[in-house]
Amino acid sequence: MSADALRIALVGNPNCGKTALFNLLTGGRQKVANYAGVTIERKEGRFMAPSGRMLQILDLPGAYSFDAVSPDEQITRDVLEGNYPGEAPPDLIVCVADATNLRLHLRFLLEVRRLGRPVVLALNMMDAARRRGIAIDLPELSRRLGLPVVETIAVRRGGAKALVERVDGELPLPAPAQADDAASRADLHAEVRELLAATVRMPRHTAALDDALDRWALHPVFGLAILAVVMFLVFQAVYAAGKPMSDLIGDGFGWLGEHVASLLPAGPLHSLVVNGLFGGIGTVLGFLPVILVLFFFILVLEESGYLPRAAFLLDRMMVSVGLTGRSFIPLLSSFACAIPGIMGTRSIQDPRDRLATILVAPLMTCSARLPVYALLIGAFIPSRAVLGVFNLQGLVLFALYVAGILGAMTVGWVIKRIRRDKSEHALLMELPSYRLPKLRDVAIGLYERGAIFLRRLTGVILALTVIMWFISTFPAPPAGATGPAINYSFAGYIGRGLQYLFAPIGFNWQISLALIPAFAARETAVAALATVYLVGGDAAGGLTHALAGNFSLASALSLLVWFAYAPQCMSTLAIIRRETDSWRNVAISFGYMFVMAYAASFLVYQIARALT
Amino acid sequence: MWLQCEPFLFVARSTVRLSDLSKGTSAVVDRVDDAHANDTVAQRLRDIGFVDGEPVRVVACAPLGADPLLIQIGFTRFALRRAEAARVSVRCEVAA
Repeated sequence: MSADALRIALVGNPNCGKTALFNLLTGGRQKVANYAGVTIERKEGRFMAPSGRMLQILDLPGAYSFDAVSPDEQITRDVLEGNYPGEAPPDLIVCVADATNLRLHLRFLLEVRRLGRPVVLALNMMDAARRRGIAIDLPELSRRLGLPVVETIAVRRGGAKALVERVDGELPLPAPAQADDAASRADLHAEVRELLAATVRMPRHTAALDDALDRWALHPVFGLAILAVVMFLVFQAVYAAGKPMSDLIGDGFGWLGEHVASLLPAGPLHSLVVNGLFGGIGTVLGFLPVILVLFFFILVLEESGYLPRAAFLLDRMMVSVGLTGRSFIPLLSSFACAIPGIMGTRSIQDPRDRLATILVAPLMTCSARLPVYALLIGAFIPSRAVLGVFNLQGLVLFALYVAGILGAMTVGWVIKRIRRDKSEHALLMELPSYRLPKLRDVAIGLYERGAIFLRRLTGVILALTVIMWFISTFPAPPAGATGPAINYSFAGYIGRGLQYLFAPIGFNWQISLALIPAFAARETAVAALATVYLVGGDAAGGLTHALAGNFSLASALSLLVWFAYAPQCMSTLAIIRRETDSWRNVAISFGYMFVMAYAASFLVYQIARALT
Repeated sequence: MWLQCEPFLFVARSTVRLSDLSKGTSAVVDRVDDAHANDTVAQRLRDIGFVDGEPVRVVACAPLGADPLLIQIGFTRFALRRAEAARVSVRCEVAA
């Protein structure tokens, strides 16, 4: 990092197009990390100005005011004031304002100006402003504000040219620093009104397009119907596009593992490579396409401005179970996989709402539970018509999804009851104008998500996969042993030990043992059961028969319910650790899910046994 | 249960709460009251523009219990829960 790079901080209201501008300026040359000790993203990028000077840009979290109400606004304020530990104060502040929403955004600029640092105002979305017939007298605005004002169009190539030329030139003189107190803050609105009256002419206050779209999107009946259709299409896409790619990657790595392993001598190293390394990496990478497809749609919906509308429609319902409208998207993602869901809770500003959402997200039925459900339902539930139209197997699967949602609602409600801090949770959510998503911003967003997922999880999953391989391989079976090797391994002993714990909920030692690899990845429970029952892994029909012959219907139902609530998988716990920066929260989520799964399975097992 | 915003009759120049306005009505902000000491929500409402003389309009109500409300203020739309909107007093300079 060269010391002479000019440090520029990019600030502005949420929805001012700041991130699009940041992407336009820095392209792919971004460094995304967290601020020390908190899970708020710190995005930094650099680029070479025409003069050959290196410009280093920090994209600060969006803020409405320096009277911070959320941790991200606090960071923005502290960095700009030069009070954030480990962050040098910026040499220049570029304040970004949406030209179509100046009333709100100019007020924040006035707050920024009082810091007494050099400031440039970038009037963004000037194309949209012109389309709406908004005319802004730039020279007059600049004169009245006493700072340089440039036009930008962040969504157009070359749309930041004027800004680059300005920041590459001489630093503007800072305005005199002013104290910040409530009384003087009230004056800011009056000042904004004066500025607008003198420099801006506009035909009307709202965009006709927004009015027309919102009439449908927020309609009490049609709005909910539209939301249901959008969600259905996203789900279809995730399963239709993501799942085959995931399977392909899993199979591809399995094949690659076999080939690499054929070069190695048979023995422990062989199985480490095939089962541990390639199997483990294949599982992790296998999630990637599903996550990317899901994030693609979420980014498109987010960029288009639809997501806050969905949160608006569902807020009341979510509040009644201790969550917020903003929890909706993370929870929706969790139906594919809890990991992107938990990562997605970053958009929830209230830390209490965010934690509650993180805690209930793993209860949503993720795609990894499906193979286990399919196996058990196929083996134990007869394919019988119910009421003429429904299939009993389908109904049971549906019931398991509902069980997950009801569980999440119950847990959310309980969290709301026992929370000590009962102060009001504010919504105060801006619904931005609709706009067409730009490919560049979606692509950069996808790349960031994918990179975070891979970087943060591969290490943990690899380590745990190797441990799992170790305990199920060693010690090797004694000479003349007849059962499968896993019975003699540490995992075998642990499985038999766990049986004492799990007997009251109807699990035999084979199931107990299968729960160990299932903790790494749920779907491996199927393979593990196949191994212990000495059934060829290829013949699913064989395993179905083996299961039906080996355990009771009560045990099977109990196992289904266990999988609906059990604390899994370890990648989820790892991401909870990453996102909340706390082992305590990991312990809480593991603990409550274990108790919940155990209690529910116990009830189901005892009732089913009494009835059959 | 699909509730519309409650209909409300206006008397010109009287002050009512923003949360009592029906869908589609316009009014002008009078003031924001603190619900309790050190009310950050009220302060934030003032920061985002709910100050004396600012025109507002109820654009939409959410399906369940007509909560939250969508308020147009200036060029911006904010979703406010009823408890938040109740802090804002508005006057109806033109009877609706």
